[in-house]
Amino acid sequence: MSVENTVTKKRKYKSFGDFVAKNRSQVPLTLMTLPAVILVIMFSYVPMFGIILAFKDFNVRDGIFGSPWSGLANFTYLFKSNDAFMMLRNTLGYNLLFLTLGTALNVTLAIAISLLRGKWGKKIYQTIYIMPHFLSMVIVSYLVLSLLNMEHGFMNNTVLPLLGLDPVNWYTAKGPWPFILPIVNFWKWTGYSSIMYIAAIAGIDSGLYEAAAIDGATLPKQIWHITLPSLRTLICIQIILNVGSILGGDFGLYYQVPMNSGAIKDVTTTIPVYVFKNLTSGSADTLGLASATSFLQSIVGCILVVSTNKIVDKISGGENSLF
Amino acid sequence: MIAGKKLNIALHILFTIMAVCCLFPILLTLSISLSSNKSLVEFGYNIIPKEFSIEAYKFIFMDSTKILRAYGITIFNAVVGGTLSVLVIAHLAYPLSRADFKLRKPLTFFILFTMLFNGGSVATYMSITTIYHLQNNIWVMILPCMMNVWYVVVMRTFFKTGVPNAIIESGKLDGASELRILWQLVFPISLPGIATIALFQVLLYWNEWNLPLLYIVEPKLYNLQFLLQQMMQNIQMLNENPEFAQQAAAGMAEIPTEGARMALCFVAMGPILVTYPFFQKYFIQGLTVGSVKE
Repeated sequence: MSVENTVTKKRKYKSFGDFVAKNRSQVPLTLMTLPAVILVIMFSYVPMFGIILAFKDFNVRDGIFGSPWSGLANFTYLFKSNDAFMMLRNTLGYNLLFLTLGTALNVTLAIAISLLRGKWGKKIYQTIYIMPHFLSMVIVSYLVLSLLNMEHGFMNNTVLPLLGLDPVNWYTAKGPWPFILPIVNFWKWTGYSSIMYIAAIAGIDSGLYEAAAIDGATLPKQIWHITLPSLRTLICIQIILNVGSILGGDFGLYYQVPMNSGAIKDVTTTIPVYVFKNLTSGSADTLGLASATSFLQSIVGCILVVSTNKIVDKISGGENSLF
Repeated sequence: MIAGKKLNIALHILFTIMAVCCLFPILLTLSISLSSNKSLVEFGYNIIPKEFSIEAYKFIFMDSTKILRAYGITIFNAVVGGTLSVLVIAHLAYPLSRADFKLRKPLTFFILFTMLFNGGSVATYMSITTIYHLQNNIWVMILPCMMNVWYVVVMRTFFKTGVPNAIIESGKLDGASELRILWQLVFPISLPGIATIALFQVLLYWNEWNLPLLYIVEPKLYNLQFLLQQMMQNIQMLNENPEFAQQAAAGMAEIPTEGARMALCFVAMGPILVTYPFFQKYFIQGLTVGSVKE
């Protein structure tokens, strides 16, 4: 088999008939991939061309490709608006926090769970901590509402009176939201994201720890010198994968959990929410804003992934990069 | 690396506190859904029902055809979407796992590129509404998330590591077609992998609310999550504009009592919470297999 393969690779096809004859065996496998390929074209590649909308004055009658060009008008309009700075600050602020503190929390939880004696404890805690991940953001928003409801919520009804504090109208008070959103995010993601790290820690050769213990290394030292270095590749890959969404993030967290409340929109409006609102408002002006923002989000996301990968590649000498 | 006795106890205490915090909102919602409406108005939400009642669940299953219909749509999306998507993913992942498939490299690049760059939400929205005209069509909740590049990579790894080449070769020698080899030889020994991806996709369809939010207006096509989302939107609208309350008096009937809302939440998440501990093994497997670097 292998000899045959190398021969066909070296020799060019003599004719079209020859090409067909030599590749006939590939036809069934190629046909199999068609449904998936069509879906990828429809929902990934066609929208890639739709990105030119950012430079167009879109109207429904002429469609994506027929609408007149407008140059950079959408972008100048976007950066003249007061919203641009606010949403950029919120998006970057929350996402950088989720990326840095989030990674730290995931790794810490994974190490702590791995330290436990016995199998059952590990399994039960893991099951409970992963649970929130399986709930949709709509459900999460109801869970949050049951805590923060103005009249009947658990916070205003039980917790705050116990502490001797006055009830807070949570959905109109800006102050607490920069804390509420990260708490919700970490509650939902930490258990789930730590799974991979737990698996990686379980794969570390236990002989390393035994040798270190004999040499007198304390537990913190073992973690610092053995566990963390062996997680380095995984941490780098996770960061590369997540850095692309630094201008995006979970739409539901910012839109649904604060119940789209107007009073707190200064601290909850991020790029995905801004794009959604302008996209669905129905006017041509706001559509331009949405497509310009969405364009920047895609391009910057792509650049970030590629450049982060390059940096990690340089630093680690090709060991920890993704591609 | 194992904790000493003292540290072990300390960790157990910490983890138990964390577990209680983690589950608290879910248990609170359960308690609200099992409280009588009168006690909710009088005492607010409590972690243990002050006055036990199942009126909220009765309302959902007896009095509301709308909710039952939404439940039906959710089940349809999860079953049909989950099945189709696992088939589509497997039929791409299998050729990609075969070393003798000549389009393997270009196709892998073709799909991985979409992870790097995408058209963004506006371009996707415009493609779906102005080119495919899928709005207010049940398939708009199924088709856009049927393919998932990440799961193709995971499934390819499953096939590569779990299916011995000899089995495929023996199928070929017996003259079986490629499709037959996949269905009768490869699938049966890859069931854990297929189950993993199926679970991920069923869960995705079960929890879907972004797509209906963008593309569904027709109330007949609301799924459970979207119904809940719309309910919350109506509540918030009335909160922000109390003057609408009278105007919307007819619409008010649309918003069930607090208990019923939470009961609906519980009905929507119940099947997941009950079944997921049994499937946890597969979820973990799927996640860790995917992180194997080629």
